[in-house]
Amino acid sequence: MTMINLKESFKESNFRDVGAHIWEHASAVERKIMAVSFIGLAALLPFMGFGLLDTPVSDYGAVLVYPVGMFILMALGLNIVVGKSGLLDLGYVAFFAIGAYTMAILGTRTSLNTWEIMPIGIALAMLAGLILGLPALRLRGDYLAIVTLGFGEIVRISALNTREIGGPNGIANIPVPPSIGPLEFSLNDQKGFFWVVLLMILLTIWMIRRLSVRRAGRAWEAIRQDEDVAELMGVNTLKYKLWSFSLGAAVGGAAGVLYGSKTLFIAPEMFTLNVSILILACVVFGGMGNIWGVMVGAAILAYLPERIRFISDARLLVFGLALVITMNFRPDGILPRKKREKVIVKKEKNNG
Amino acid sequence: MFDTLIDQFWSLTLSGIALGFIYVLVSLGYTMVYGVLRMINFANSEIFMFGTFATIVISRDFLGNVDSPNSLPLPKLILTITLCLVGSMIVSGLVAIFVELVAYRRLRARGTNRLATLISAIGISIVLSEFMRIITHSRPTLNPRVLEKKSLFEIAGANFRIDTVLTIVFAAVLFIVLDRFVKFSRLGRAIRAVSMNEDASKLMGIDLNKVISATFLIGGLMSGAASFFYVLTYENTKFNVGFTLGLAAFTAAVIGGIGNIRGAFFGGLSLGLVEVYASAILGTEWKSVTVFVILVLVLVLKPSGIFGEAVQQTRA
Repeated sequence: MTMINLKESFKESNFRDVGAHIWEHASAVERKIMAVSFIGLAALLPFMGFGLLDTPVSDYGAVLVYPVGMFILMALGLNIVVGKSGLLDLGYVAFFAIGAYTMAILGTRTSLNTWEIMPIGIALAMLAGLILGLPALRLRGDYLAIVTLGFGEIVRISALNTREIGGPNGIANIPVPPSIGPLEFSLNDQKGFFWVVLLMILLTIWMIRRLSVRRAGRAWEAIRQDEDVAELMGVNTLKYKLWSFSLGAAVGGAAGVLYGSKTLFIAPEMFTLNVSILILACVVFGGMGNIWGVMVGAAILAYLPERIRFISDARLLVFGLALVITMNFRPDGILPRKKREKVIVKKEKNNG
Repeated sequence: MFDTLIDQFWSLTLSGIALGFIYVLVSLGYTMVYGVLRMINFANSEIFMFGTFATIVISRDFLGNVDSPNSLPLPKLILTITLCLVGSMIVSGLVAIFVELVAYRRLRARGTNRLATLISAIGISIVLSEFMRIITHSRPTLNPRVLEKKSLFEIAGANFRIDTVLTIVFAAVLFIVLDRFVKFSRLGRAIRAVSMNEDASKLMGIDLNKVISATFLIGGLMSGAASFFYVLTYENTKFNVGFTLGLAAFTAAVIGGIGNIRGAFFGGLSLGLVEVYASAILGTEWKSVTVFVILVLVLVLKPSGIFGEAVQQTRA
């Protein structure tokens, strides 16, 4: 009897809840200290590129920006769509591509700099999210997945076939961002880029946390758990699904603008379905719907291939395996979402 | 812009029909699985891809055929075609069963939500195609030409090449056999029962796991046959060959009304024709965009397809 209880309680507890427990029982001052020290630790990451953390396959400073930072940022954006509202988006790369192409076209043809292009890129990505979302979000489940997948491919093929934006050759000589005060942006030393990504990640987290406790967040949760019931309870499901879609797109677009400005050169082949799958794997592996889980998952999946050469050759294979294994044995990911959000599902199970 | 279409209308029509028959067979893999599970078999494109490699490996390595301008002598030609067709069907069928075991069964037994199953299916699809990419080093694999692509006869400028005729005849026969099988055989009736009402068929003593495996197997066999005709026509394959073709075949299944076997037939043929005509007008580089736009239009305007099956309310 005790054994069973122990096993049950072991099954029920997870790191996420331990973390939440500490946070919820901390005073305001303690919370501030924790938050500041976490952010400070993250900001110091570029100086920790030695010993165990070093990446033999590629440059440590660059790895921190792309893939690690970018993957975390995009996974957080996709998490709004997949994790929060339960809509499977397989065309997330399209928004990333739109951001990157906005940066490339405006950056090479006008005198606008990265920071001025950023809002334009975000706006265009959101617009694309709305254009795709309006017809696609009326569909559910598998069909939404296929339609978004096709949308991602359409954006890529259109870029490939449009000669005005370089076709298969892409666009080269994209300017790096101008320096902010003493902080300079160069490819040799990518600390500047990393801190910008970190800032964007923090902004995204702040946005998600704010929205989660407001009407939008509750609507998403309702849609994720049961769309029909949500609709019957008076939630304007299409409206909130569109919101979730375009906010996810905005984050993807912002990541794209920064990526374009960082790589100097972009081409359609960088924006294949694989990128969408990688980001999806990050979200799913870490724990759908949970900010910490998504970040940890993205960090692990982005970092490991750079750390271990064997994985970098078979990166997608490993990511695919991660998807299958996570879904089969730990469908909530390594750091599942809060129990509070799971309670309703559980009650349903007991009754049914 | 329309010149090519008008000049070569009949020859385009013929190649559209041949392509359409390949779509018909692959879309059966989607439609049958959808019928019983109410879920898209995301890995069907990879099941097809494995079939194309099986065909080439059997012909090139197992039978030792080499590229030659002339056809093989008749007995060996028949042997090659039979072995390749049967071999690719078996390989694709086995891969399909593997997919069901690894990606679907455990999740179904635990009754997890559909999103999890969908993601797991996408995962297995990535694993299969990446596995092939790594062992073929991302290079295309060529099929030794065993059949001289002679013209048999010509009607109104449409050139009935031997491979085109073989594809159309064999695919049509396979389709009819499948249609009869599902309609009249014991297993076929069980499959239809499960797709009508899963719980009731369980109460009637149908072994659900067996029926679902069998459905994947049949879908795999059909996709495998399609992969043989694909290799016969295009004479090469690559690890990502299934991606565009899978999307097109899925579109075909949706056009005809997914879950509906005869719908898949008309969906496949009409998509083959539309795709060929559209390529003649817009250029082949926009081919997959056309297919996708058709898919979105059908899903938005008439989600039940031509022959019916409500898909809009499918739950995630």
